[in-house]
Amino acid sequence: MQVALLLDFGSTYTKVVAVDLDAVRLLGTAQAPSTVASDVTVGLRAALAGLAARGVPTRDPALLLGSSSAAGGLRMVALGMVPALTVEAARCAALGAGAKVIKGYGYKLSLAEVAELEALAPDVILLAGGTDGGDSDTILTNARALAATALSAPVVVAGNKSVSAAVVGLLQEAGKDARLTENVLPELNRLNVERAQRLIREIFIERIVEAKGLDRVRRQVADIIMPTPMAVLRATELLADGPPGAGGLGEVMVVDIGGATTDVHTVASGAPTVAGAVLKGLPEPRTKRTVEGDLGLRVNAVSVLETAESAGLLDRFRLGSDRLPAMVERLVRETAMVPETDQDHALDAALAAVACGVATDRHAGRVEEVWTVHGKVFVQYGKDLRALPAVVGTGGIFAYGRHGREVLAAATRGDPLRLKPAQPRLYIDRRYIMYAAGLLAERHPAVAYQVLADNLVEV
Amino acid sequence: MLESGTIITGVIGADVHIIGNSILAYALRQAGFNVVTLGIFCSHEDFIQAAQETAARAILVSSLYGHGEIDCRGFRDKCREAGLGGVLLYVGGNLVVGKHDWAMVERTFLDMGFDRAYPPETMPDQVIRDLQHDLGLRS
Repeated sequence: MQVALLLDFGSTYTKVVAVDLDAVRLLGTAQAPSTVASDVTVGLRAALAGLAARGVPTRDPALLLGSSSAAGGLRMVALGMVPALTVEAARCAALGAGAKVIKGYGYKLSLAEVAELEALAPDVILLAGGTDGGDSDTILTNARALAATALSAPVVVAGNKSVSAAVVGLLQEAGKDARLTENVLPELNRLNVERAQRLIREIFIERIVEAKGLDRVRRQVADIIMPTPMAVLRATELLADGPPGAGGLGEVMVVDIGGATTDVHTVASGAPTVAGAVLKGLPEPRTKRTVEGDLGLRVNAVSVLETAESAGLLDRFRLGSDRLPAMVERLVRETAMVPETDQDHALDAALAAVACGVATDRHAGRVEEVWTVHGKVFVQYGKDLRALPAVVGTGGIFAYGRHGREVLAAATRGDPLRLKPAQPRLYIDRRYIMYAAGLLAERHPAVAYQVLADNLVEV
Repeated sequence: MLESGTIITGVIGADVHIIGNSILAYALRQAGFNVVTLGIFCSHEDFIQAAQETAARAILVSSLYGHGEIDCRGFRDKCREAGLGGVLLYVGGNLVVGKHDWAMVERTFLDMGFDRAYPPETMPDQVIRDLQHDLGLRS
């Protein structure tokens, strides 16, 4: 039996998924608390021992790959010129590479912004600005500002091609690790994020893994090949398109609800479903990821609860006890807490339903009705996802929670001017294997697709 | 492509008339300009942001539904604020409702800060000649 072990080094848990490559089936999953701060291999060995205890052979696997979101994940800063144009394009590129965009800056950096950027100490800086042949002043000025800082983070230069070599040159002269790639917005109406994303991933493998204390894993155990969110994004693409030569589910949305953030991934064209709708704004990529840093079930539980309260969700999940504030405070304190009582489960579900509803509201496009002398016209911003056939929920709430359907249904309703999926089939990732399918897809896409399809549960 | 410069075109306001604007964009491309087309329903910000990012040398505003005057008010001032004080601004189409003395209409738009204003039935050739002249591409 050839076994593939797919690992994930999260900030809270180290997870492992075992797949039988010959029989094309899931062998088992296990997790143990992460030990990134000390010796990361301790948590990994504990997770592997958990798997072995269930009779899964973990010695001499045929394939061993890992993803990581530990130690804050891949923290990036995006720089561009106009906030709605190149800053947004750079942000979009970084998010699609699995990064956490901690800040975006438009126009020429002020002194205060340079100081703030230094204090943020990002893992990677994405420097854009100007379409090809367009503005060159902003990116050159910002490159000089970066060159004068003490920052050691690699700089991905993805701006106006007419000056990008000069930008790389002046950063390198200052001793920075500057790398050239294609413009993320070569023309005003064309996003071009793939090259920049590939470069970000190379830097992640080459430099970030080591910087995060994960190099011990690389030397002793496995290759860590991508940030965890990128693995989930790859799994979303696999689910939508299927493995090479076969079909998939068509267009797909994946909602990944975590302790600190909620991520939404779509693989969908987002073309208007209303005849004659006029598209405005920056074009969006078919594979799109958004991250909501204020919608986590643990770290931001207090503010999410307030939203749940005002949305009337506490009644739906029969919550309303006086103990609620204390329960929520405990969630914030003990971020690794797993729900036990009915009340715990109901609270988690209410929080998750809010996170799911708000995060998908922000991810989906919207329409505005505009009255003209010719009557009513719809103007669409972002993606129209109303005809999307499938929505998948992943994260602890769907693996261990009891109200998966109610939580995920929040991705389908809300403001009528938001273009969310109207009547999709709902699936939950009960075995928590989305990231693993994304990793496995790198080498065995057909196996990865089959195992994922077999283990998603329609609700 | 870039030697003649980048030109922004679009239809301002809640106006859906795209055809004249598309013909103009086609003719400008034939004449060697790099044309960025913003389509219909353009706000001042759409034009300005596009011009900033692409370092455009001219913005050509179309208005066909008669509300051009109100839609264009304050546009030059916003351009100045956005660091685009030197960008050429042209406007054309059916700028006002009803029959008016063109000289008066033209004066109104020039006073608003537009460099040139064109009446209905202007041919693209004339706009191209003016652009080439104003951009110093020919004497």
